[in-house]
Amino acid sequence: MLKRTFLSAAGAAALALILAPSAIAQAPKLRIGVEGNYPPFSMIAPDGKLGGFDIDIANALCAEMKAECVFVQQEFDGMIPALNAKKFDMIVASMTITEARKKSVDFSDPYYDVPSRFVAKAGAFADHSPASLKGKKIVVLRNSPRAAYLAENYKDSEVVLAGKETEVYMELAVGRADVAFGSSVVSAEAFLKKPEGKGFAQLGPAIRIGAGSGVGIAVRKDDEALRTRINAALAALKASGRYKALADKYFDFDISGS
Amino acid sequence: MIDWALLAESWPLYLNGLKVSLILMAISVSASFLLSVPLAIARVSPNPWLSKPVFLYTYVIRGTPLLVQLYMIYFGLAQFEWLRESIAWPLFRNAWFCAWLAFALNSTAYTTEILAGALRQTPSGELEAARSLGMSTATIYGRILLPSAIRRALPQYGNELVMVMHATSIASAVTIVELTRTARDVYYNHLAPFEAFGLVAVFYFVITFALVGLVKLLEGRFLRHLRPMSIPSKAA
Repeated sequence: MLKRTFLSAAGAAALALILAPSAIAQAPKLRIGVEGNYPPFSMIAPDGKLGGFDIDIANALCAEMKAECVFVQQEFDGMIPALNAKKFDMIVASMTITEARKKSVDFSDPYYDVPSRFVAKAGAFADHSPASLKGKKIVVLRNSPRAAYLAENYKDSEVVLAGKETEVYMELAVGRADVAFGSSVVSAEAFLKKPEGKGFAQLGPAIRIGAGSGVGIAVRKDDEALRTRINAALAALKASGRYKALADKYFDFDISGS
Repeated sequence: MIDWALLAESWPLYLNGLKVSLILMAISVSASFLLSVPLAIARVSPNPWLSKPVFLYTYVIRGTPLLVQLYMIYFGLAQFEWLRESIAWPLFRNAWFCAWLAFALNSTAYTTEILAGALRQTPSGELEAARSLGMSTATIYGRILLPSAIRRALPQYGNELVMVMHATSIASAVTIVELTRTARDVYYNHLAPFEAFGLVAVFYFVITFALVGLVKLLEGRFLRHLRPMSIPSKAA
């Protein structure tokens, strides 16, 4: 008899353990997928703290939505699968809004918009045309719209796929690639202004790819409620001037794209 | 449930990834086998000037993760201007060379220890018999010690081959698109993790069993003399 009571108590305890995670999931904590290798938008300080424009925007949005937020760091090329597997609820990782991505996720209104740009040794190439870069190695972030753009338009160049945006410039700096194709802001801020970027320069004009509507916050397709909340919070940040104050911390030009 | 059409569609990608993984493994283990034979002889040498450096090498390599070694060779060394300006740079610039070097150095350390262990465990009778016949040390290594040690090291060496095969999956960290990278790309582009990683698991499983089978065949051929034998019955 005693044994049976013990067993059922143990059973109840086990059941409680199994049910516990769903109770936690009901708390209004928002989990945000971020990247950490995309300076100055998303980066990890030497003390391990996340920082950058993406992180500041995410924090400001959470404050505006009165939500408690936790950051989940995830490699960029696994972001969308992880979002759809409910590892987190939204992605704030400088994700360009593209038609391909719109098939898997929904996007908020854009929160910034910067073009892409080629970078190479100063004076190494006359221009950025496919003919001029024929047979050359172009390094780009794997599984990014920029990689798709190169595959489409630079068929005669060898495309080297790096795992992180920061590695894109590392590969260029040491000479494993002849040209890098990346965010015009990341290349300018995190590479060309650094000692490693000495002797390199932007090549050709700014290029707009994707749906042409900038960078947005991704949410799951069935999460229209969250998307509406994010858009309202974003509009409030812009109206109150807090967006501009955050952007001015990092950029000496307007990145809002509007 | 399972998206067979996706698997059929990405099959060529997987075959290409398989080719890359197998080539990486083949060039790495052939280099490591060739290097580890002389290193194992040095490792068991009574001369400390020979044995200690080899010990230090295997100690450092076995004490650090392969991924860190690969990062050091690919990203770390590339930081130095003198290397980038040297004649070795065309090699270190190449991701394949860096992966091959990392895998070969790593596997050499383990294979050296496996062979050295087998050399040490050579029955002393075999050595005494060889000496009594007046064989030189070189002849003893060539005819007695090495053939016997390599045979007895076969089972552990089989494990090492499987480990190297599985380790090739980290070559993707330096832009090489091998089997695991292929699976991750399929996963990312089609959002079908079960199909993408399930198929790659089947690939690794088949390769591993082929390797294990091959080593078993070799053991049957070369370790026949160590198999338990049935004793003829006395009643006859």
